[in-house]
Amino acid sequence: MSETPLGAYGAAITTDVVSHLANLARIALTPDEIVKLTGELGAIVDAVAKVSEVATPDVPPTSHPIPLVNVFRPDIPGVTLTTAEALAGAPEHDGSRFKVSAILGEEQ
Amino acid sequence: MSSLIHLTASALAEKLSTGEVSSVEATQAHLDRIAAVDGDIHAFLHVNAEAIAAATDIDARRAAGEKLGPLAGVPVAIKDVLCTIGMPSTAGSKILEGWIPPYDATPVAKLKAAGLIALGKTNMDEFAMGSSTEHSAYGPTRNPWDLSRIPGGSGGGSAAAVAAFEAPLALGSDTGGSIRQPAAVTGSVGVKPTYGGVSRYGAIALASSLDQVGPVARTVLDAAMLHDVIGGHDPRDSTSLTDVWPSFAAAAREGARAENLKGLRVGVVKELDSPGFQPGVSQRFHEALELLTAAGAEIVEVSAPHFEYAVAAYYVILPAEASSNLAKFDSVRFGMRSKVSGTVEDVMAATREAGFGPEVKRRIILGTYALSAGYYDAYYGSAQKVRTLIQRDFASAFEKADVLVSPSAPTTAFTFGEKIDDPLAMYLNDVTTIPANLAGVPGMGLPIGLAPEDGLPVGFQIMAPAREDARLYKLGATLERLLEDGWGRTLLSQAPTL
Repeated sequence: MSETPLGAYGAAITTDVVSHLANLARIALTPDEIVKLTGELGAIVDAVAKVSEVATPDVPPTSHPIPLVNVFRPDIPGVTLTTAEALAGAPEHDGSRFKVSAILGEEQ
Repeated sequence: MSSLIHLTASALAEKLSTGEVSSVEATQAHLDRIAAVDGDIHAFLHVNAEAIAAATDIDARRAAGEKLGPLAGVPVAIKDVLCTIGMPSTAGSKILEGWIPPYDATPVAKLKAAGLIALGKTNMDEFAMGSSTEHSAYGPTRNPWDLSRIPGGSGGGSAAAVAAFEAPLALGSDTGGSIRQPAAVTGSVGVKPTYGGVSRYGAIALASSLDQVGPVARTVLDAAMLHDVIGGHDPRDSTSLTDVWPSFAAAAREGARAENLKGLRVGVVKELDSPGFQPGVSQRFHEALELLTAAGAEIVEVSAPHFEYAVAAYYVILPAEASSNLAKFDSVRFGMRSKVSGTVEDVMAATREAGFGPEVKRRIILGTYALSAGYYDAYYGSAQKVRTLIQRDFASAFEKADVLVSPSAPTTAFTFGEKIDDPLAMYLNDVTTIPANLAGVPGMGLPIGLAPEDGLPVGFQIMAPAREDARLYKLGATLERLLEDGWGRTLLSQAPTL
């Protein structure tokens, strides 16, 4: 298995790993949270790793308990949200669009 | 009219249909009850200011001779995970504080179409992650049996509202036991339908392949009547089954009338038969089995060897799906936004830091880990294989038994703080309920008595093959009648007066 930014599979969970995951998940964890989560995550990952004990190659995976295939409904134009309704819950908008701060940082 | 709050939903519906009671009277009685006791219980995050107006409308329509559904005019509480037009929908999270959705979840729309009166939104663990409501951003709900104890979770608000007579009915959602475990610890009845039996449209998603909306009530018949209202195909949910469902209320009535249980094979899942469970839970469970045997049921032991991997598989699949589902809380389209300056990503990360509680962060980070390149096969891929093995265990068990049974939860209601600092201990509390979610089969929790050591309610779980929800209601109603014949009263009538 190739080396990932997280370290090889089975490697211990460190504060660096948790910082990396928090960045991927877009959560600005505090240093204290990172330390606490590092310990908790290690214990949880150890506990859930037992799934690999019985997951032999001959067992097919199940992604969905009751699989349905080719689920389509008629493509009929209907009443949809108005722009005002769609924007009503947004933290900031200009009347027709959602408004956010700069997408690119200055260094980019 | 305080006695109105103690009626079952079916009895109240009867009085509404004959005109003996108006919906305004019934709704006001429940609003009064909420005002009187919810300061202690904290089952509600929001009380519907339009409830009386809705009840007035139903009364007028009934007076005009309109044909209304069987539960028209009956009040109902709604778990805050479901989107509701005109009422805040926060899923117990600060990140959605004050958010008012522009549409109704399908189960909510069905309630309204059937004339039920929404009393308000009930408390829950944030984004339904938890077994105690201690993870609600708005403070915990307290158990009506003992205010120092948890009401279960995540749907502790719905269960406590029903058990405290603040609502005759409530909606819940069950991803790993969030309807059945709260029912167990509050002495109420809750059902997780077959996956796809009730639409998930408008239910704020936790883990999409596990989530299912279902009824919470004080009796099996009431749960069945509510299930009849909310169930059925919805073209807006691609996982919604197109089955035509039988009347669950009819199944419950048939079960309540049944003279015996001859010919019914009740499978006791060996792996869930009280390994290390609280003694009083195990004792009441075995007494209930004796009651079923005396009524003519055949008790068979079945083995589900992979159930011991269910909690581990669940805590890979759930965080993985949740970390994806919760990516939508990006401070752009809805919910809160941090005031920090910086790029949109800085604002996003600061918002999610401030808006999510500790359990949500824990599971998002865990899910992100499980889905990472190089780890995906070892965790998520393996967990999906375990899911197959658990489905096979169910299939083979259902060859030997018509229904499977277990205690609903390993313990009675625990005290606040007992497991909050030990996530793994909290997760293991779901050991009995998780297998049904992984396999998509329906499960019911109903009360079977009080544990001798602490006087708190004990729950009994019934599971049936997928699409056979009617079996839950039939057997549940028979067991409920046998138990109440023995007690001479209902379980909830034994709860302390609030």
